[in-house]
Amino acid sequence: MKRDYVNIGKRLPRVDAVVKATGEAKYAGDLSLPGMLHGKILRSPYPHARVLDIEIGNAKRLAGVRAVVTGKDTIGFKAGGISAQGDEPYLALNKVRFIGDAVAAIAAIDEETAEEALDLIRVEYEELPAVVDPLKAMDDDAPLIHDHAPRNISFKTDLAYGDVNQAFRECDYVRQDRFETAPIRHGFLEPHAALAVWDHSGRVSFWGSKQSPYFTYRNLAKALNIPLSQVRVIQPYIGGGFGGKNEMFNVDFCAALLSQKTGKPVKIVVSQEEVLFAYRQRHPTFIDLKTGLKKDGTILALEADIIADGGAYLSIGALSLYLMCAFFCMPYRLSNMKAKGYRVYTNTQPSCAMRGHGVPQSRFAAEVQLDLAAREMGIDPVDLRLKNALKPGETTPNGFKITSCGLEESILGARKIIDRWKKQQKKDKGPKKRGIGIGCYGYVSGPRMAGHNTAGAVIKVHEDGGISLATGSTDVGQGSDTVLSQIAAEVLGVRLEDIRYGMVDSDITPLDPGTFGSRVTFVTGNAVRIAAEDARRQLAQVAADALEANSGDIIFRDRKVYVAGSPERSMAFSKLVKIAQYSGSGKTILGRGYWAPEGLEVPNFKTGRGNMSAAYSFGAQVAEVEVDTETGFMHVTRMAMVHDCGQPVNEMLMEGQLEGSAIGGVGHTLMEEIVRKDGQTMNPSFLEYRMPSTLDACPLDILHTDTYEELGPFGAKETGEGIQVAVVPAIVNGIHDAVGVAFKRIPITPFMVLDALKDKSGSM
Amino acid sequence: MFLKTKIRLLVNGFEYDLYIKPHWTLIDVLRDEIGLTGTKKGCGKGECCACTIIMDGEAVLACLVLAIQAQGKSIQSIEGLAQEGKLDSLQDAFVKYGAIQCGYCTPGMILTSKALLKKNPQPTVEEIQQALSGNLCRCTGYVKIIEAVRNASIMEVSK
Repeated sequence: MKRDYVNIGKRLPRVDAVVKATGEAKYAGDLSLPGMLHGKILRSPYPHARVLDIEIGNAKRLAGVRAVVTGKDTIGFKAGGISAQGDEPYLALNKVRFIGDAVAAIAAIDEETAEEALDLIRVEYEELPAVVDPLKAMDDDAPLIHDHAPRNISFKTDLAYGDVNQAFRECDYVRQDRFETAPIRHGFLEPHAALAVWDHSGRVSFWGSKQSPYFTYRNLAKALNIPLSQVRVIQPYIGGGFGGKNEMFNVDFCAALLSQKTGKPVKIVVSQEEVLFAYRQRHPTFIDLKTGLKKDGTILALEADIIADGGAYLSIGALSLYLMCAFFCMPYRLSNMKAKGYRVYTNTQPSCAMRGHGVPQSRFAAEVQLDLAAREMGIDPVDLRLKNALKPGETTPNGFKITSCGLEESILGARKIIDRWKKQQKKDKGPKKRGIGIGCYGYVSGPRMAGHNTAGAVIKVHEDGGISLATGSTDVGQGSDTVLSQIAAEVLGVRLEDIRYGMVDSDITPLDPGTFGSRVTFVTGNAVRIAAEDARRQLAQVAADALEANSGDIIFRDRKVYVAGSPERSMAFSKLVKIAQYSGSGKTILGRGYWAPEGLEVPNFKTGRGNMSAAYSFGAQVAEVEVDTETGFMHVTRMAMVHDCGQPVNEMLMEGQLEGSAIGGVGHTLMEEIVRKDGQTMNPSFLEYRMPSTLDACPLDILHTDTYEELGPFGAKETGEGIQVAVVPAIVNGIHDAVGVAFKRIPITPFMVLDALKDKSGSM
Repeated sequence: MFLKTKIRLLVNGFEYDLYIKPHWTLIDVLRDEIGLTGTKKGCGKGECCACTIIMDGEAVLACLVLAIQAQGKSIQSIEGLAQEGKLDSLQDAFVKYGAIQCGYCTPGMILTSKALLKKNPQPTVEEIQQALSGNLCRCTGYVKIIEAVRNASIMEVSK
């Protein structure tokens, strides 16, 4: 139940805001150690080639070079995503599979020497035919990128529920469209960076820009072939991730391997250009989508065929593909659906998770198609959504169990905004046309996957009334250090500034899967709540003795403890801690907790059955777009979102997440695309790859529904990630509303607009 | 390679005598030679403005200036903004109005804004957007950054 909180739901500044505002926060690339060497990585210039020989002698002989390593210096470990075989060596073993694949690495006394030495390595390649088009990659005669994957199929999924064929026969309206999404990048500003120190006891200590440090913890041990006990991963501040810093990369491995070879600390900071052509991207997709409806607007059947370009390696792509397919089941009721997906290897940059993970692609298709259907059927797009919106207590055909759900309320809220904006719109005069579009979403609050899912938390109570809090989760910018601290503060009845939040150190902090799938507030938040309750229970017993009351009657609130019903029987929280520590031989107050949702059926990525999350968030996004019909330029003039995130823990941070996600969605829809020619990235710079700037920021109204998630910490659910799913179709539908053209490929460029308008006027 | 040469830089009010190579950029000298790592390196090519510093009152990109060219100029990095332990009003506003997420763009954002407010103490939203249009941020969507700069300008003016 909701109640009056001291910390929860308040607009409190981040716990790390001051050190970030002063430049004192240290990121991996800011760190240095005495005697530290600098590393560089040699990358493949070919999209597909056999590595015949690598001549490193000249590089090694250059003054200042301390070590050169290639695949031969490794045990050949191959990294891979979840539950599937690894396919990605950190240094090429016998083949390179995309332009940017790592071939060798150098450690030298400074970056310049390392850079110079790169040019002295001679690699003999035998070029192989490359395939960069995912559609051609599935041809029988296409070059094979991995021996284990016939037709270059990296993963496939095949979901089928209900009787789709029969359902389509019962439909009054059916339409089929092909949608296409371009590859885009995560866009974090801090490039990948790693610092590793190997010592003669055999231990490797590692600092890196990792969203999910425990992936790196395990993979460092495996790839270096050393016991897990010899690996220590420590988290510095992280300059953004958005899914692109989940996995361990060659930069991390090479820093550790070079340190092992040289006995010196080794730091590697890759350039932003390398990030842009040699690391990860969002899966580009082709989506053939068919939706069938009854006359009254009931969605009866859906069939989807997805081809996702996975690039050269599996990464986390099995999950990405599953999510693309499974989220056709949400946020609307749908009892008959088939979704078949192929994730295809090509000789390009590998694709992985990115904000919204797979769902932005498929919901773009589904939401734009729904608008097309609504308009042709003469139904209001908002009514259509409202009619089919999932409600609390429903279960989707693939097994997603809806607990709290404010979708209906969100759509009704969106309708009010749309009506208001429509009234404000001036009669179109001149070449600039305005339109309003809507999109909806449902998203997970932490995905349930095979393997370790639990988050843990440890709390130490200090005698000044301060609290140390440690978890295994990282704050990559989303504000979880603050939110988790607020939860601990609320339970213990102290204030946010009393919490000292400790960052991840694999030697000390609890094991954790990582920061992905919007799991930290929901899952780690519960662990923190339990740990704080554990500490509170111990303190309550001390307070009960001191205040002569039952421990169950002790209330902790705003740095005080008191007896329920007798607020005058109270003492300061810090005094209570002192009594606990100094009475008799003294107590040490330590709270511990761990949590994962129980009883969830783990989703099967191939069949799609299972319950992905213990709670789902929902929302509706509205976008107003202005299209200049003379130049084709599009501008999002304002946006609004009405969303259900349960109880917001920190409204200011929540808004920041939503705003970032929404403006990121503007980039995805109107600006961003990695352009490649024959596997070569043509725009590996921020000048040529255009992300939204301040000029693209627009006014945003944020409203949230009055929901409370019983399983969430203080009623909280996901926020800020799912909304990106709905932003894209809201903008596309807004453009549709403005100029009467529904675009089926993103990003939409001014040329596409002009071409479409020309075709339209030609046909009229 | 080139031999090192001696230069003197004035950074945050302190003079530094340094031995540097003539082609070294100011960002690398600030970070690696002086240890001022608050100046962030996002791209190293003048595309993201994360490394913005203030040189003789102008917001400039430390990755596009050679250290040797910065001699005789007054350089202010993010570390030089707080005075006597007190945050600058812009830093304060960035903290208070939630303009910081991952924090990697923050020093550059704050210093670009500082140079703006020095010249134009009461900028309009459009002027703030224009001044910050080169400073990339993937986290915030810029909404709260613009709000923070506006509020800092109001705070400063009402002082």
